[in-house]
Amino acid sequence: MEFGSGFKYCIIHPFSSGSLESIPAVLGQFWNRQLTRPQRFRTVGRKLIKKHEQDEPRPLYMDFQATTPMDPRVLDAMLPYQVNYYGNPHSRTHAYGWESESAMETARKQQVADLIGADPREIVFTSGATESNNMAIKGVARFYKAKKRHVITTQTEHKCVLDSCRILESEGFDVTYLPVQNNGLLDLELLEASIRTDTSLVSVMTVNNEIGTIRFMRSQICRSKGVFFHTDAAQAVGKIPISISDWKIDLMSISGHKIYGPKGVGALYVRRRPRVRLEPIQNGGGQERGLRSGTVPTPLAVGLGAACSIAQEEMEYDHQRVSMLANRLVQKVMSEIPDVIMNGDPEQRYPGCINLSFAYVEGESLLMALKDVALSSGSACTSASLEPSYVLRAIGADEDLAHSSIRFGIGRFTTEEEIDYTAEKCIEQVHRLREMSPLWEMSQEGIDLKSINWTQH
Amino acid sequence: MAANSRTRRWSSEAHAMNETKLCVCVCYRNYALRRVRDAFKANRNVEDPKAVERLMEEGWQTLALIQRQQTVTKLSETQRKFFSCLSASFSGRFQRA
Repeated sequence: MEFGSGFKYCIIHPFSSGSLESIPAVLGQFWNRQLTRPQRFRTVGRKLIKKHEQDEPRPLYMDFQATTPMDPRVLDAMLPYQVNYYGNPHSRTHAYGWESESAMETARKQQVADLIGADPREIVFTSGATESNNMAIKGVARFYKAKKRHVITTQTEHKCVLDSCRILESEGFDVTYLPVQNNGLLDLELLEASIRTDTSLVSVMTVNNEIGTIRFMRSQICRSKGVFFHTDAAQAVGKIPISISDWKIDLMSISGHKIYGPKGVGALYVRRRPRVRLEPIQNGGGQERGLRSGTVPTPLAVGLGAACSIAQEEMEYDHQRVSMLANRLVQKVMSEIPDVIMNGDPEQRYPGCINLSFAYVEGESLLMALKDVALSSGSACTSASLEPSYVLRAIGADEDLAHSSIRFGIGRFTTEEEIDYTAEKCIEQVHRLREMSPLWEMSQEGIDLKSINWTQH
Repeated sequence: MAANSRTRRWSSEAHAMNETKLCVCVCYRNYALRRVRDAFKANRNVEDPKAVERLMEEGWQTLALIQRQQTVTKLSETQRKFFSCLSASFSGRFQRA
C-alpha cells in the first residue's frame, strides 16, 4: 500500500512533517481491517525507510568494534521492562519498584558480576564505558590527590581515557603517557620503572579497539607497589575470559553495546577488598552506593545483564567461529595482495579485530571503493577526522601506512559469505587503486620511495 | 521411551529450524540456523533424562523467543541487505530480507 511520493517517513513518527492529515486515513484502514495483519506491519515498517534508500541495499556490516547489533535474546529480555514493568528500581514502597529492582539486581549479580568473577556489590551501572572511564580515572585521582598526584596510562588508550588524563593535567596532576612497542604491547619493565611513590593509578586497556592487541594482564606490578590498576575492558568483556582476581584488577570499565547489548549502558567494577575509593562525578540521590547517582535504567541494565549472560555461554563458540572467519579473511587478502601489513601483535590479539595497511593505497579511497561493506579506518570516535590514527602512530607505523589502514571487525553474526565477499571486493579494489597509483608504479620499477626527496612546487 | 524422546527432539529441532528460516533480518537468520543446528548436534548424545528434559525446555523457549522476535523485527523493517539474495537460498519460504 503506497501513500504518495511526498510521504517520506512513517506517519506514526511524532515529528514527521506534513503528514498529520493522513493519520486518520491510515488509522481508519487499520481499524477497518482493510489491510491484512502482515500488510499492516509491512506498511508501517516500510515507511520508516526513506524513499531514496528503498532501492539501495544496505551494506554488509564489518565494524563490530564500533558497535554491535543487539542480540535478539537481549531485546527479548528487555522488552517487558520497556512496556509493562516500568517501575523505578529505587522506589521501595510498591510492587512496581520491587519488580524493577529485582530485575536490576539479577542483572548485576547473576549476570554481569558472574562474567568477570566479581562480587555484585562491586558493580556500578553507568551510561557506558566512557562514563566508567571518566569515573575511574578522575574519581580515583581526585580522591587520593592529597598524597598522590601521578597517573600512568599509555599512548594507545581510548580517547575518553586520554581526555580524562588531560583534564587531570589541567588540574595539576602529573600524567605519564607510556609508549608502546611496535606490536602494540606495553613493556612491563618500562611500566614498573615509571611507577613513583606518588602514583595513584595505572590505566591500561585490555584489548585495543583499533589493532586488537591484548595487553598482558597477569602482572603483579601494580598490586605490589600499592597502585590501583584500571583497565578499559570494553572490547574484551564477553570475548576473552576475564578474571579480576587473577589479573589483580581494581577497576574495570564495561560497555553494553560492544557485547551485543543495548547502547547507553555500561558498568564499572570497583574493588571492595582492598577497597578502592573514588570521588563521584555525578552527585544526587546516592544510588549505586553513592558512586553514580541517578535512576538506573532498568531495561538497559536488564539488557546488559542478558548480554553478559549470553556472552558467558557463547564465548567459546563465538571465539572459535570468529577465529576461523578472521583467518579466512586474512589468508585470502594476504595471499592475493602483496605489500599488506597487519598492525598489532600477530599472536597476542583478539582475532575479531583485524587492522590491515595496504601500501600505496589511500585508506579513505579504499573505504569509499568498498561502499558495499561498512568498514572503518580507525576508531569511530575519531572517524570524523581525516588524520591517521594516533594508535598507529604510537606503534610506529609509517605515515603513509597509517593513512592506508582499514579495520575489519568480525563478530557473532558474520557469515562466511560476507567474509568471502569482503575479501574479494577488497582484493579487486586494491588492485584497481594501485593501478592508478604513481607510487605503486614507481615501486614496481624498483625505486625506493624512502630515498626520494619530495619537494613542494 | 527412547523413541519418544528422539521424536520429541526431532520435532523440536524441526520446528526451530523452520522458524529461523522465517527470520526477517538475514544476519540473525543465518546465526539462528547455524546455532540451532550446532546446539542440537552438540547435545545429540545426551542420555540423562533430566538433562534431556532441561535441554528440550530450553529448545522450546528458544523457539518461542524466535517467534516473538520475528514479530518485533517486522515492526521496523529496513531495506534489503546487500547479501540477502545469496542468503535467501537458506529459506524456501522467505521472499524478502
